[in-house]
Amino acid sequence: MKYIQDIGSYFLMLKRVFGSFTKTSVLRHLIFKEINDLIIKSMGIVAFISFFVGGVVAIQTALNMTNPLIPKSLIGFATRQSVILEFSPTFISIIMAGKVGSFITSSIGSMRVTEQIDALEVMGINSLNYLVFPKIIALSFYPFVIAISMFLGVMGGWLAGVYGGFTTSADFIAGLQDSFEPFHLFYAFFKTFIFSFILATVPSWQGYYMKGGALEVGRASTNSFVWTSVLIILANYIVTQLLLS
Amino acid sequence: MIKVEDVHKSFGSEEILKGISTTFEKGKTNLIIGQSGSGKTVMLKCLIGLFRPEEGRIYYEDKAIQDMDEEEQRELREQIGMLFQGGALFDSMTIEENVMFPLRMFTKQKKADMLARVNEVLKRVDLENVNKKFPAQISGGMQKRVSIARAIVNKPKFLFCDEPNSGLDPRTATLIDNLIQEITHENDITTVVVTHDMNSVMEIGENIVLLKKGKLAWQGDKEDIFKTDNKDVVNFVYSSDLFKKIRNVQLKEE
Repeated sequence: MKYIQDIGSYFLMLKRVFGSFTKTSVLRHLIFKEINDLIIKSMGIVAFISFFVGGVVAIQTALNMTNPLIPKSLIGFATRQSVILEFSPTFISIIMAGKVGSFITSSIGSMRVTEQIDALEVMGINSLNYLVFPKIIALSFYPFVIAISMFLGVMGGWLAGVYGGFTTSADFIAGLQDSFEPFHLFYAFFKTFIFSFILATVPSWQGYYMKGGALEVGRASTNSFVWTSVLIILANYIVTQLLLS
Repeated sequence: MIKVEDVHKSFGSEEILKGISTTFEKGKTNLIIGQSGSGKTVMLKCLIGLFRPEEGRIYYEDKAIQDMDEEEQRELREQIGMLFQGGALFDSMTIEENVMFPLRMFTKQKKADMLARVNEVLKRVDLENVNKKFPAQISGGMQKRVSIARAIVNKPKFLFCDEPNSGLDPRTATLIDNLIQEITHENDITTVVVTHDMNSVMEIGENIVLLKKGKLAWQGDKEDIFKTDNKDVVNFVYSSDLFKKIRNVQLKEE
């Protein structure tokens, strides 16, 4: 019963987020602030993880290719497919659920505990539009982060493959270009866009409707990570089933 | 003026407000007092629209809040200033940005004009040279004063204060009380203060409403409160040792 109530309250929250808009000049300022907090400040960790995981994918593919009949270009091919189809869109999103999701929940939750949300409501401001809408807009730039992650992942694979002595640059690039389907990019960015909406709204819901004090803010942040990850994985399955099967 | 008629508010099966009717007068500091759990904060939240009563009506001047459409309620809220118990200042904004916030949201003033008004109200609450500081960098008493400045910057008609003295030393608490009363008189606004602090009652209680278990137990001013025989008032006022001693001295003198 509680889950049904929670789902209902999530959709009611979404309805309020898009109603009674905050003054445009204020909203513009908030959107830029959120782009900085949620997108720009995440670039470092995303770049670091993407680069090294791309490298690991290339090395592991190479180490598992014991049959000499399998062309070395498979290393580039496998790196590209792994990074573009799953690693960058899905696993970076789960990492972002921890970083950005916890940040969103704890910042909104702290505002709830310290009555800052009540202060907004008393002033006649739609607090959900003020707090959540700029996050949704800021995270609509999230596919750009994933594009950079894809590039760095493949780059990491190329460096690890070539300079680790597992393949040649020509073989790796040949593998990258082999059987390339542009639709896979559409699929990856389409699901990234859905994940960005989940990343903005589920942690916001957790923070906005939390009750209690500092301890509950911590609990809400943990719940936020768990539920955002679960929904990303479920959405990933559904989108993959619908678009690729 | 704010008029409350037969207001009921429940949470689940527990009825918190059990049919309260009273009037909060314009140009006066109206106090809602009572023990913890008497329904003071729920009453305040009903008044400012954060809680919706199940029954009863709340009139702001001549119009009931229940009869107002969304736009009218929004306009009403622009005329409300609120001082929260913990200040509720926005952590991510400087003091200047906090005080300027209502002006940025609801007016089309130029930045220079807004800044001039911000400096004017900060001066009024005896705060200067703190514009660029963040709330965490100033003391609790200063935060309360910033919160008052934010509440009055847009010249509200109604000012609500939730436990304005909580967590403050007696001297700062008296300063805050006096500031609230001065602002009320200067601007001829309706001020409602929720408190359980007897010092506040003695300092600024021009119209006092005593709540007990969700009901109106007594109403009067700071002169009446020491004269009445009302059992609930006597129990509330003389629950403090200090006031018991004062009462005993008064009785001896008489």
